[in-house]
Amino acid sequence: MKFLLRLFIIVLSLLLLWQCVVWLFKLPPYILPTPLSVFTVWVQQASLIWAQTKPTLVETLLGLFFGALSGTLGALLLVSFKPARLWLLPVLVISQAIPTFAIAPLLVVWFGYGEASKVITAMIMIFFPVTTAFYDGLRRTNLEWLSLAKTMNASRFAMLWQIRIPAALPALASGLRVAAAIAPIGAIIGEWVGSSHGLGFLMLNANGRMQINLMFAALFTITLITLILYYSVDKLLRLAIPWQTERS
Amino acid sequence: MPNEEPSSPALIIRDASLRFAHKIIFEHLNCTIAAKAFTCILGPSGVGKSSLLQLLANIVDLENSHLTADVSTSSGIPLKNNIAYMAQTDLLLPWLSVLNNALLGCRLRGKVSKAQRQQAIILLAHVGLEDELEQRPDKLSGGMRQRVALVRTLLEDKPIILMDEPFSALDAITRLQLQDLAANLLRDKTVLLVTHDPLEALRLGHDIYVMSGAPATLGEAIRPLGDIPRATNNEVILKLQGELLMKLEAAQSLPMMAMQLL
Repeated sequence: MKFLLRLFIIVLSLLLLWQCVVWLFKLPPYILPTPLSVFTVWVQQASLIWAQTKPTLVETLLGLFFGALSGTLGALLLVSFKPARLWLLPVLVISQAIPTFAIAPLLVVWFGYGEASKVITAMIMIFFPVTTAFYDGLRRTNLEWLSLAKTMNASRFAMLWQIRIPAALPALASGLRVAAAIAPIGAIIGEWVGSSHGLGFLMLNANGRMQINLMFAALFTITLITLILYYSVDKLLRLAIPWQTERS
Repeated sequence: MPNEEPSSPALIIRDASLRFAHKIIFEHLNCTIAAKAFTCILGPSGVGKSSLLQLLANIVDLENSHLTADVSTSSGIPLKNNIAYMAQTDLLLPWLSVLNNALLGCRLRGKVSKAQRQQAIILLAHVGLEDELEQRPDKLSGGMRQRVALVRTLLEDKPIILMDEPFSALDAITRLQLQDLAANLLRDKTVLLVTHDPLEALRLGHDIYVMSGAPATLGEAIRPLGDIPRATNNEVILKLQGELLMKLEAAQSLPMMAMQLL
């Protein structure tokens, strides 16, 4: 409850600041509309915005799911097989050195105008943070736990499955939180470079027609999706990993 | 009797040497750990007593060390598969309940039988944790956690028990209680307990060795009279405690400290 109140105050202060900037610098609506006019458009155009939100939401969730899945499997592969570690890790780093924005048009060419290219863009952006976070966690298992397991005659698989993976779950959770925050960005980037639907498409379209109010309304919707997604994932992870005690 | 427990043998260590990079921990160390008795190795921190224990448990970090040792048992059974190890920290897994932590060995080796589960519950009740079976470790006190670790060690049902300062992180009273529990529960096992607490060694040890020097050597065994756990107010024990403290203080002299700083 305290958290919601704090969030409310933060959002209200930011909106006030926004309103003040518009007043103070006497900005015309086509440069920066007031929060109130954006909200009016958001309500008036609700059905249009919702229709465009649905595909973006689907792309985001699918991208998050497949990105998290491939990231998790990638980390397990790296930690289980030494050749994977030696040969795959550099490839991963190189793949991250290529900006996603730059290859997004290519992904549209390869995977089409539809949702697949957006899901893959989001997936590519998510894969790396999830892999590195989980892989780091898997490598930092308390060595004494492993020594104890060794005196108990545990197999390598049992150590991985029963000790290293559960011990690395908090690290994986950090990766997944980052993933939840960037998944919508991946979908939007995919929509910017080529699509006929989605909030990214709506933003570009509104921008092109100088409907700055509508563009801000779409932007606001994206922000809302990201916030809801992040805090839902955060809440779920806390429920799934209850032994990770809070240290404030 | 199905699968009768092998009788706990003596441990014979011949010519053990351990070296980390530039530091010789011990060389040509010989020692016999008596069968079915508590043997305590007492020494200042950093002398290599834990390393000796890890050598027996086969968990020395071999990448950074050089190790040679000839370890055998009086009955001829191999050391591997016949030891249980208990460390200074309880090493409870935070995501498992008390009961599942106690059963960790069985879980790691495959499945847990009904009999094992039953025995775990009985032992946990015996150490006063019958109401905490489903509790997670972070809800327990340090003494309770170490009792779970003790039960986990017991459930391994091995003839030889290696303990590395298992009670050193506990407060004085809890430590005494845990020592009593260990003395009673580990009767008839061959126990090697490493400690830096002279009182602990004197309460629990049938044989007590002082490990000191660099490279480290073991002195003559001290064998206090009486059954364990010995009372803390026993005059002979108190006198011996004073002597051992002085011995340890001498062992932890300046050259030793300088060595550790290198």
